[in-house]
Amino acid sequence: MVKMKGKLKDLMTRSGILFSLASMVLALILCAVVIGILGYSPLEAYRAMVKGAFGNSYNISQTIGIAVPLIFSGLSMAIASKVGVFNIGIEGQMLVGSFAAALAGYYIKGLPMFIHLPLSLLCGIMMGGLWALIAAELRNFLHINEVILTIMLNYVAQYVVSYMVNFPFKAEGNVVRTEYVQDSARLAILVPHTRLSSGIFLALIVAIVLAIVLKRTKFGYELRAVGTNPLAAQSAGINQKKYIRLAMFISGALAGLGGAGEVLGYCGYYIPSMTQGYGFDGIAIATMGQNNPIGTVVSAFLFGALRNGAAGMNQSTSIPGELIEVLEALIILFVSTPGIFKYIKKQMKARKAGK
Amino acid sequence: MKAVEMLGITKSFGSKFASSDIDFHVEKGEIHSLLGENGAGKTTLMNILFGMIKPDSGKILLNEKEVKIDSPLEAIDNGISMVHQHFMLVDNLTVAENIVLGAEPHKGILFDREGAFREIQEIADRYHFVIDPREMVGNLSVGIKQRVEILKALYHRSDILILDEPTAVLTPQEVNDLFKVLNELKADGKTIIIITHKLKETMAIADSVTILRRGELIGRYSIKEVDEQKLADLMVGRLVNFSVEKKPMKDDMPVKLSLKNISLKKNGKQALNDLSLEVHAGEILGVAGVEGNGQSELIEVLTGVAQHYDGTYMIGDADVTNKNAKTILKYMANIAEDRRARGYVKSFTNWENMILGYHTLSDYMTKAGFLKTREIRKITEDEIEANDIRTEGPLQLTDSLSGGNVQKLIVARMLRHQKGLVLAAQPTRGVDIGAIEYIHGELIKLRDAGAAVILISAELDEIVKLSDRIAVLYEGRVAALRKAEEFTESELGSYMLGHDPEKEEA
Ligand SMILES: Nc1ncnc2c1ncn2[C@@H]1O[C@H](COP(=O)(O)OP(=O)(O)O)[C@@H](O)[C@H]1O
Ligand SMILES: [Mg+2]
Repeated sequence: MVKMKGKLKDLMTRSGILFSLASMVLALILCAVVIGILGYSPLEAYRAMVKGAFGNSYNISQTIGIAVPLIFSGLSMAIASKVGVFNIGIEGQMLVGSFAAALAGYYIKGLPMFIHLPLSLLCGIMMGGLWALIAAELRNFLHINEVILTIMLNYVAQYVVSYMVNFPFKAEGNVVRTEYVQDSARLAILVPHTRLSSGIFLALIVAIVLAIVLKRTKFGYELRAVGTNPLAAQSAGINQKKYIRLAMFISGALAGLGGAGEVLGYCGYYIPSMTQGYGFDGIAIATMGQNNPIGTVVSAFLFGALRNGAAGMNQSTSIPGELIEVLEALIILFVSTPGIFKYIKKQMKARKAGK
Repeated sequence: MKAVEMLGITKSFGSKFASSDIDFHVEKGEIHSLLGENGAGKTTLMNILFGMIKPDSGKILLNEKEVKIDSPLEAIDNGISMVHQHFMLVDNLTVAENIVLGAEPHKGILFDREGAFREIQEIADRYHFVIDPREMVGNLSVGIKQRVEILKALYHRSDILILDEPTAVLTPQEVNDLFKVLNELKADGKTIIIITHKLKETMAIADSVTILRRGELIGRYSIKEVDEQKLADLMVGRLVNFSVEKKPMKDDMPVKLSLKNISLKKNGKQALNDLSLEVHAGEILGVAGVEGNGQSELIEVLTGVAQHYDGTYMIGDADVTNKNAKTILKYMANIAEDRRARGYVKSFTNWENMILGYHTLSDYMTKAGFLKTREIRKITEDEIEANDIRTEGPLQLTDSLSGGNVQKLIVARMLRHQKGLVLAAQPTRGVDIGAIEYIHGELIKLRDAGAAVILISAELDEIVKLSDRIAVLYEGRVAALRKAEEFTESELGSYMLGHDPEKEEA
């Protein structure tokens, strides 16, 4: 029993779950202070948020629905981080992925669903993956910093896609968007009138597969080695460039799949700004999930709940939903600054010793 | 009279005691050795005396009067100076400027440069230091930099001089020179504390010795009461076996590895310069040299990390010139020079690190590319047991082990996968005596069993003790290569500094 307890504790600390939870709690407390200072009731705010996220079956479905693209962008970030690359280009990769899926979903006609749907998803996957690959190869061969590269590629993606949806591929009517995709390319909606599609199963399966691959296969082993000690990996005969290439492709592919899922599941077409910064949320989500696929799924659900809860809070109270962004920022701050916790721990110890 | 006395000194970092209730004293005018293994708490204790660390409890007496030392400046005011393990010098200032830094002589409000040069020259002359006060510190060798640090202490008129592992960076000649200086200082009435983990040096220079182990005081002895064996036993806390027994080396053994005319440029510098070496089965070839003379690059060539060099690299009959690490690992197992950078992956557990570099072997991986986790863990457990690695088990993060235990894991991996050819680069750097004993023993066993071993080490003692033949590396060349017994230690030192003792005699 004691041993089991020890093991559990070990597991918790090792994967940093405790640490992430603590960050979350601390952020919630601090955000409550901010809400209070702004003259609102923190209690009311959080109550409204919980209600907005989990209040009824509709809200719950929406929360899970929002989590789907967040899971993909979180996983996308996680795998790039595992190989030691900071992929800030997820937003752009999602964009091109969703646009490619929208085109494939509309222009390819007359195919049965079991071919058309996977094919459309695949278009999103490939487009996102190739987009990320540009950054990987530029880093590998020209040694350009990937952060700058991926940020630049975000802009390129945004403007290129924006042009395409405004001119050559614009749908009939006043709204700037693409045409509805064929029914044969739609993901099934699980709860009517919500955004919760069968994309959730896709997301969960991908996360589990990724977890197994990272932990149990040669591919994951070598990838992690490259990510933490590139020199040790080199000495062990592992090809660093190959893994940066592969991991970035997968990272982009996951982002692209996330984008495709939004088009084929939720919207039915591509519309500018549909990714709503999901790509950037991926950074926080993966960090909070300690770059662990399962942890990332959990943290994506939490972020989904925050987003949906904020929407609820916006509607039912006078408290501005933008406060949620303060909360997200605080979480990121705490998760990415372990030093803060070390400091707090030290202070607590000092106080104990003083007594 | 007791020049220094420390009573009941306790200092903990977190839950770990670096000093626990330590009593320490040094008589005036003696050379005292503070002896202990890595992590024993030597530096911490002396940093407390020098005012750099505040102890949790305890008091300090100088000349039998209690004092409070809260900062290095106060220590210097009290006549204490310390030469740290890592020198605290500014490279682009002159020797004199470095020495007077913080206590500059003035002429009016101006810095009296000439005065400084003169004063320092006087001190240097008094102790027979050959040094030019006007030289830039950046141009000086390590040995001379150390001299500058000592001069600084003398300039501050310190009576008590603490040196933290001063010989770690020196060649044997330079160690001799340093000891001469220390003896002169002693003759002049100064009190000297020398921190070291080297037994030989303690016996050679000290009048008395204090031994620490894991933050605890083991004892204080006059040097007449002890010998190397006793010091080792006290330091480690059990009986240490020093002697290595080797079977005599056989002649006419086949060449296992050969380098011919290897040249390698690195950062525009000729790091390896037409270097040739051969290693035979059943021998340990020691590669000696002052660090920075091509050792790292030689290791990179040998392990396949460097892949753009001129010359020929053969292992047995296979030409592996400019082949990558993956290919070379099939023939040669190695202990990495810098274990934290190349020896293991920090985010990996013991079982993952146990197979690093060999993880694609069919013992460890299925055809589909899945790791055979259960088998690997079992093997790791066996290796932990067999090699006495102190760890919770295969699932513990390797990075959380002590240096010696990490190194044992790496050695265990090497032993398990070696096929008669081994490269041991700095195999005992930063590990405790117990691990050193073990690693040396294993290398000898390998050799006795007919393996070819290349030992590259900055520790001359290690090279001399283990090697059958020794190659001295100087500026990327093999400056000398002979059977170990055909070198005297001073000859080795000369070759390491780029001199040729044979020519100089003639
Ligand atoms: N600043 C520090 N913070 C935490 N632990 C430390 C610090 N300095 C030393 N230690 C620990 O205290 C112990 C003694 O260290 P040290 O005095 O440097 O030993 P030595 O000089 O004998 O090798 C070691 O276990 C070391 O890890
Ligand atoms: Mg030390």
